[in-house]
Amino acid sequence: MNKANLISLLIAGLLLSGCAELKALTGTDNAPIEERGTVASAGTGTPAATAPAPAAQGSASASSIPAEPAQVVETHALPAPGSTEAQAMADSPMSPVGLRAIVGVPPEQAALLRDPANILSKRVVYFDFDSDAIREEFRGLIEAHAGFLKGNGAARIILQGHTDERGSRDYNLALGQRRGESVKQALSLMGVQNEQIETVSLGEEKPVQEGHDEAAWQRNRRAEIHYLGE
Amino acid sequence: MPFLLRLLTASCLVLAALIQGPAYAGMTIEIVGGAANRIPVAIAPFLPTGASGDDIAEIVEADLRRSGLFNLVDSSGLGKSGEAEIVDHGQWRARGADALVVGQVSRAADGRLDIRFRLYDVVRKVQLIGFSYLVPPGMSRAIGHKIADAVHEKLIGEPGNYSGRVAYILKRDGRYELQVADADGFNNFTVARSPEPIISPVWSPNGAKIAYVSFEQKKPIVYVQTLADGKRKVVANFRGSNYSPAWSPDGRKLAIALSKDDIAQIYLIDADGGAAQRLSKGGSLDTEPVFSPDGKWLYFTSDRGGSPQIYRMSVDGGEAKRLSFDGNYNVSPAVSPDGKYLAYIRRVGGSFHVAVQELESGQTQVLTDTHFDESPSFAPNSRSILYATLVNGRGVLATVSVDGRIKQRLTLSGDLREPAWAP
Repeated sequence: MNKANLISLLIAGLLLSGCAELKALTGTDNAPIEERGTVASAGTGTPAATAPAPAAQGSASASSIPAEPAQVVETHALPAPGSTEAQAMADSPMSPVGLRAIVGVPPEQAALLRDPANILSKRVVYFDFDSDAIREEFRGLIEAHAGFLKGNGAARIILQGHTDERGSRDYNLALGQRRGESVKQALSLMGVQNEQIETVSLGEEKPVQEGHDEAAWQRNRRAEIHYLGE
Repeated sequence: MPFLLRLLTASCLVLAALIQGPAYAGMTIEIVGGAANRIPVAIAPFLPTGASGDDIAEIVEADLRRSGLFNLVDSSGLGKSGEAEIVDHGQWRARGADALVVGQVSRAADGRLDIRFRLYDVVRKVQLIGFSYLVPPGMSRAIGHKIADAVHEKLIGEPGNYSGRVAYILKRDGRYELQVADADGFNNFTVARSPEPIISPVWSPNGAKIAYVSFEQKKPIVYVQTLADGKRKVVANFRGSNYSPAWSPDGRKLAIALSKDDIAQIYLIDADGGAAQRLSKGGSLDTEPVFSPDGKWLYFTSDRGGSPQIYRMSVDGGEAKRLSFDGNYNVSPAVSPDGKYLAYIRRVGGSFHVAVQELESGQTQVLTDTHFDESPSFAPNSRSILYATLVNGRGVLATVSVDGRIKQRLTLSGDLREPAWAP
């Protein structure tokens, strides 16, 4: 739907909801009808005769494909310079837009992070149901990343916490956050600075395995380590 | 699902055949359970038939049928009663109707539609109500819903739900769309579209804006978007996660959950962003805040007692009172607009059900037999709850009346989740 039609619809809705004066109801077959709303047409200069139904998707062209409304927000359009979104992205300390090199890490160190034979290329810690406890089998991985971060003080990571799909999405955001924080806590205890780590939760929203059984759920209960600039 | 496919195909064919087709039903809604005692009502075709693209009598009939509170009596073959003609109550009574709606649509000189109807009690042979509307041509669906609301309110004694709108997230083809549709599933349009998840849409109290959480920057951030022009603003992008927005009843503040100081805590911010005022005192996961209709209380989920439960605290912060006691997982509170009921999700065994609590008495009841329920949202008339669930692995929306008897299922091609009924 286009903007003018939507504005007409909004104005119409506002006028309708503030009723015109009511006439008395006498309750017989010939009782006068109460006037419940009068809406002027073309109040804003919209040509009423040619305007398609404001809320209808079909319009006059008989297409069964809904017309794209002009005001859809496409989230990956670049925000206008100076807009609030551009400012927010610039302000966010972890915004990784447009970087190719891993932040704060010289190339020979970055190579370690990408080497499949190196434990540093392993980035995922898995969790038991309803738990944020770090299992013993992941201690080595965390120690390796702690050592790397201490040795590359300008490096930054984002810890992403995830849950399986069961239960409330919002509560799962909190649980995912707790898992991320659990890994952050482990890294801090090994001497990594707080400023090097941001923890976010993706809740149940980004499963690595679709499916409604424990095989899928256990692969989704995880925290992931992402180096800024990857 | 073959039935849905046939329905969608039929809709598309009808659209292609007409020069000015009726509005496109994006979502289909089916009744799954109805009230025990339904009022039998007949909707006579409005005169003259075919005057406008949308058949108003059909809209009224479909609305009333979907409510589960009415039996729609067959109105064919009894001759058309325009509103000016004398009604033969006896012949409608013979069909089993207790009530009758007659109406007509005519076109005024300036092109506007003059829509008028009367509601009769055919047993007592009296007119109950009669209204007229003078509106631009594109508003016939909206007037159909208003007529259904008026008929419902007169016969049931409570406001109807038919003029409302719902927001929801549709996931299909790997993309997420925040959509808004009429309460009958028609006129759905996209508000925001993203390759990353969008969750938690919530309407501002005047229905002009929607706040939502988007993962487009790879972390949860709260946006507020104005529907009319699509302009949007980041209102919470603090370090870490920002989620669970809820509007205050005066529209000036948002309650949100943030991880910036502790894993999940509740804060207040101005509705256009700014500094966050912390309400939670730390030491537990506090999330999913919602305001009471009078704006004085916040209901929220907290695990401070060892398991996630529903609590209530004053908007000034302070002591919280626990409200849920059955089982070890009660989350996602929603308060009815009349302030009487609290809906939430309770885990029972491995299943997640919508439960409702009458706040004054504390009596609770599990309402649903679907198993993966989420995201309950009350209708504006407080009589039913819209929520998301899985059926055969697919995301659908559903409604259940607060007494548990009337159920509907809402489907669209794709996965539906995160519904929110507009105020």
